[in-house]
Amino acid sequence: MAEDWHKVARRSELAEGEIASATVGDKQVAIYLIDGEVHATDNICTHAFACLSDGYLENGIIECPLHAGRFEVKTGKALGAPVNVDIAVYAVKLVGDDVLVKLG
Amino acid sequence: MTDAIVIVGAGHAGGRTAETLRAAGVTAPIQLIGAESYPPYERPPLSKDLLTGKIAVEKTYIQPAAYWAEHDIALVLDAPAAALDRAAKQVRLSDGRVLDYATLVLATGGRPRRLSLPGSDSGRVRYLRDIEDTRAIRAALGPDARLAIVGAGVIGLEVAASARALGAAVTVLEVAPMPLGRVVDRALGEWFMALHRGHGVDMRMGVSVQAIRDGAGGAVLELADGATVAADLVVVGIGIVPNAELARDAGLTVDDGIVVDQFGRTADPAIFAVGDVARAFHPTVGRHVRLEAWRNADNQSRAVARVIAGGSEPYVEVPWMWSDQYDINLQVAGLPSAVDASVRRGTDDKFTVIQLKDGAVVGGVTVNQGRDMRPLQQLIAKAAQVDAERLADPAVPLAQIAKGA
Ligand SMILES: Cc1cc2nc3c(=O)[nH]c(=O)nc-3n(C[C@H](O)[C@H](O)[C@H](O)COP(=O)(O)OP(=O)(O)OC[C@H]3O[C@@H](n4cnc5c(N)ncnc54)[C@H](O)[C@@H]3O)c2cc1C
Repeated sequence: MAEDWHKVARRSELAEGEIASATVGDKQVAIYLIDGEVHATDNICTHAFACLSDGYLENGIIECPLHAGRFEVKTGKALGAPVNVDIAVYAVKLVGDDVLVKLG
Repeated sequence: MTDAIVIVGAGHAGGRTAETLRAAGVTAPIQLIGAESYPPYERPPLSKDLLTGKIAVEKTYIQPAAYWAEHDIALVLDAPAAALDRAAKQVRLSDGRVLDYATLVLATGGRPRRLSLPGSDSGRVRYLRDIEDTRAIRAALGPDARLAIVGAGVIGLEVAASARALGAAVTVLEVAPMPLGRVVDRALGEWFMALHRGHGVDMRMGVSVQAIRDGAGGAVLELADGATVAADLVVVGIGIVPNAELARDAGLTVDDGIVVDQFGRTADPAIFAVGDVARAFHPTVGRHVRLEAWRNADNQSRAVARVIAGGSEPYVEVPWMWSDQYDINLQVAGLPSAVDASVRRGTDDKFTVIQLKDGAVVGGVTVNQGRDMRPLQQLIAKAAQVDAERLADPAVPLAQIAKGA
């Protein structure tokens, strides 16, 4: 893709500790606001087809709503069973109020 | 004298035990002895994605097949253990091999409870515990197949949902008045009844199968009230029996499972038990319970492995299980022996039920509301006293209540 950055949310609409979601092409993206910083990961758990944006976020760790797999949002690292495949993390930049992510 | 660790049962809990021992720095020889032909795998997909064909068998493995050798764990498959000699500290396998141990971990899981009725030995009657069972059931299911399921527990209902996805006609027969009687209350039982009826399953509660007649055109199940149900395949899901015979015959305490403490220890200091076969003391429940759930197999075995490696931390976790049926995700936390009030929050198809006893949170259930599960478990772990009115207020997130508790 020539244009890699995609708008997925508005910064002003993100709330601390909550998770927004967006679809870009065939990808689903979860957007997090943690300690004032915006992060983005793939939204689909690597264990089963579940949206992480329906999960539980605490201390920078997202827990999948289906089977409690846990990932560190900043790094995408899988934190043990049932997940052992890391989740993709996407680069984020802010342009005005727009939250842009870079896929792939 | 050997320092070898022998693990009998190469299932989920046995595999995790071996893995965690190595991760904890144990260098002694580890032998992982399994009766099956597969490396350690997770069973939840057996009634779900593996049954519907959505995933391949390898996806169920708890580690890639090559992992065990790479970590110097001797995985011995197709080798059921036949006897245990505690005085000699030896395990005898059914092929005659004898293994010496310094430490023995029993991780033998359970086997399906069998129906014992006239005709229940028919080849059309199947149980579901392992990969071969899933394969056999799948082979007999197709768009025109008629499936009768005996038992409306978690396994029965998951098989019902998967079979509907494969296009089979499904009848569920249950002797109790409601499905899922072991996991949810009556109101939720009704909710699941409606769910399955909505998906075209013939849910027959309060019926008892008396006999199974095999014929050229299929099996006929005869019910106590005189009714009959025709089926090409009968799947029975009426619970499991712990594989505790090795322990019992060796004189260890067995009472619905191998009785162990919160460290997984039996009365014999060299022998531990983990997973479905263990009836362990659970501090969060306050008594010995035998859990038949994925997370217990996963985490109790890790905790016990760390104890064997020299640690001193007991296994302390709120009991938790899940079930997936159609697009519904059910999760259950806690194991209350009594509930005197329950609060429900959410909508008709996405909700959380919080169970209370004397004002304290003792258990709970989520339906498509996994987000509430972590705070719910925090409340249960603390036996938090919460205000029922606040609990019921949809404007107050459960996470907020848990933080303040
Ligand atoms: C179809 C199905 C679906 C499930 N779905 C869920 C779910 O959605 N959520 C959930 O929380 N839990 C679920 N569970 C429960 C979960 O899978 C079990 O709790 C878990 O597998 C227990 O692990 P275990 O290692 O104790 O026993 P097992 O996984 O049964 O492993 C025991 C192993 O020991 C072997 N063995 C037995 N005797 C001997 C012997 N004498 N010598 C050598 N080997 C022996 C057995 O062959 C087996 O391989 C499901 C279970 C099944 C069967």
